[in-house]
Amino acid sequence: MTSIDSTQEPRLVASSAKVQSNAVSLGVEAGELVAKGVCAWFSGRLVLADVDLEMERKKVTALIGPSGCGKSTFLRILNRMHETINGAELAGSVELNGEDIYSPQQRATTVRRHIGMVFQRPNPFPAMTIEQNVLSGIRFNRIKTASKDDLMEECLSKAGLWTEVKDRLSNLGGALSGGQQQRLCIARALAVRPSVLLMDEPCSALDPASTLRIEQTISEISEEVTVVIVTHNMQQANRVSHSCAFFLSENGQPGHIVEVGKTEKMFSNPEDPRTLDYVNGRFG
Amino acid sequence: MKKKRRAEDTKNSEQASGPQRRIVKTRDFKPIDVGLLTVTVVAAYSIVWIVFNQLTLLSGEPGLVICTVGVFLALYWFVNLQIYGRHMAVDRLLGGLVTLGALCMMLPLVLLVYYVFAKGLPLLSLNRFTETQAGVGPLSPISKGGFLHAIVGTLEQVALAAVMGIPIAILTAVFLNEIGGRIASSVRTVVTAMSGTPAILAGVFIYSIWVLTVHDYSGFAASLALAILLLPTVTRGTEEVLRIVHNDLREASMALGAPDWRTVWSVVLPTARSGLVTSILLGIAVSIGETAPLIMTVFGAQVMNANPFKNPQAALPLVVFQQIKLPSQSAVALGFTCSLVLFIIVFTLFVLARVLGSNWLQKAFRGRTKGPGESSNEAIVEDLMAVALAPAMSMGLPSDYEKPRDEYDPDEDTRT
Ligand SMILES: Nc1ncnc2c1ncn2[C@@H]1O[C@H](COP(=O)(O)OP(=O)(O)OP(=O)(O)O)[C@@H](O)[C@H]1O
Ligand SMILES: [Mg+2]
Repeated sequence: MTSIDSTQEPRLVASSAKVQSNAVSLGVEAGELVAKGVCAWFSGRLVLADVDLEMERKKVTALIGPSGCGKSTFLRILNRMHETINGAELAGSVELNGEDIYSPQQRATTVRRHIGMVFQRPNPFPAMTIEQNVLSGIRFNRIKTASKDDLMEECLSKAGLWTEVKDRLSNLGGALSGGQQQRLCIARALAVRPSVLLMDEPCSALDPASTLRIEQTISEISEEVTVVIVTHNMQQANRVSHSCAFFLSENGQPGHIVEVGKTEKMFSNPEDPRTLDYVNGRFG
Repeated sequence: MKKKRRAEDTKNSEQASGPQRRIVKTRDFKPIDVGLLTVTVVAAYSIVWIVFNQLTLLSGEPGLVICTVGVFLALYWFVNLQIYGRHMAVDRLLGGLVTLGALCMMLPLVLLVYYVFAKGLPLLSLNRFTETQAGVGPLSPISKGGFLHAIVGTLEQVALAAVMGIPIAILTAVFLNEIGGRIASSVRTVVTAMSGTPAILAGVFIYSIWVLTVHDYSGFAASLALAILLLPTVTRGTEEVLRIVHNDLREASMALGAPDWRTVWSVVLPTARSGLVTSILLGIAVSIGETAPLIMTVFGAQVMNANPFKNPQAALPLVVFQQIKLPSQSAVALGFTCSLVLFIIVFTLFVLARVLGSNWLQKAFRGRTKGPGESSNEAIVEDLMAVALAPAMSMGLPSDYEKPRDEYDPDEDTRT
């Protein structure tokens, strides 16, 4: 289902042949995201320097590191949300399936549709019902779907919320618990069928049960989309991610990546002693 | 208040089952305190009365009231100091001051509503809503004639003003808050300056660029002036409610790939909906009671003119203004009745807007969440204030307003 792509726009999504052969239910091939030499400034202050990172297709990449080291900033650069902040600048390039999302031919709205985002604080639209919340992306982008009901059920099930809300879809999005709201936001992000899903500390405001539920959700959807997740919870990073990137900003230096690797290796015998200290909770 | 009730609930249930526990109440106002308050008020009044009227030869109600309040506060503080100690005394004193402030604010409002009703009610009858002043001369009975022509005129003028002014105002607010940029601050300054424009200036402006050129007096000219006046009110109000909309929602919408106009239209405006309704109603309240700009734009009429685009029209505030300036007492009384009619019209409009608005809102807000500043009670209080202010504005405070007049008796009409 590549109906999302209009033919004039540069293609961000892999060829439809692959889509068919994989026959994934989300319908769109997961994307591979590559960041090269990414730097970021806020009002002229360099906060992120020369970050290179490959986020593999259909894998979960966790970004870890102490507070203020630029994880959120990096994540927002990956779907062009960074440029919406006043005084924010960046350098470098980010490629989705080989296409630079910052090239002049790319429209920011198209990029954001293909690279979805879930925020730290649940932010369902309060004036919309649960149903409208899930389908809002479809409406905003005028995406045609065969059956909205099917799409809604599919996305809510993937977010692990369907059984809880299926009898009250016309309730307001705000009338849910915090954890449910966060899962609603995940469903909403999935409904536009992104190739990549970025999650900025999605569980930081949630109880253990909701956290577990969302972690399950992440494992499930990572069969279909590439996931990049920021987390402060080492166990969580260990549980859900395939690979890990450790960010650090020391003594007022701009943030940078200290070490990247497979999650097992990062948590058992990392190369850098600082990584070992951090994952064992000895600093940060 | 809710908290208190819950505390009592638990107390009751515990008394029924478990051991007795005494709830500690630090700031409770017990019956004895009510007595204390009453006694203090009476004492303060008595002291001031004796000093004022018996010992010295001072006189005048305002002085009496001010002295009573002062003496009351001092006494109240002293009494509480004796009984409860210093902290409580200061607490009570400040509480008294705050309550007094609230009363001072409510007083003019209550008096105003009372005044309009007291003066206007005797001459109010159904035909005031169904007849015009056509064929009503100085010699016809006071019961004859109504304000239908003015009601129609006002409604048309305000509706036109709203249709022209509100979309522009909302667009301006969206520009100021959602787009911003370098021009925004100068636009904001202009809007602020506009809200300070004397209403009569809007009238003069339209008079010189519209009425004096080919177009002549018409309801439309009035609505142009009114639109100028409601523009800043609605713009500032809308800007405030848009500012309350959380930035997270804008980001959520953007992250879904929505273009900016889509974010404003589908996320920001619906979220701010109830605040929007309030600021629109406030703008309408401002324009519906304006008198000054009407003098130079609609001119006024005795007969029905339902076409707002041609020839002079009547308007309720203008009728009030013209009547109150007349020398005969019955004419003045009729002015108050007209003001009451305006009051009733505005009130009906607002209640309708609220009910329709809240039905519509309820459909969307069916859950337990409430948007910013969205208690229905609050909204009704706001409306009431706006309603009360509209006729007050329409009186335009004519210079002879304060002059004492002989009480008018409707049964004894001087004109017949
Ligand atoms: N809007 C902004 N304006 C100015 N500086 C900012 C802004 N947002 C972030 N920064 C700065 O950029 C740096 C990186 O911030 P960022 O939010 O990316 O950190 P983080 O790693 O996500 O931290 P946390 O784990 O606490 O969320 C910080 O030094 C922060 O002060
Ligand atoms: Mg962060």
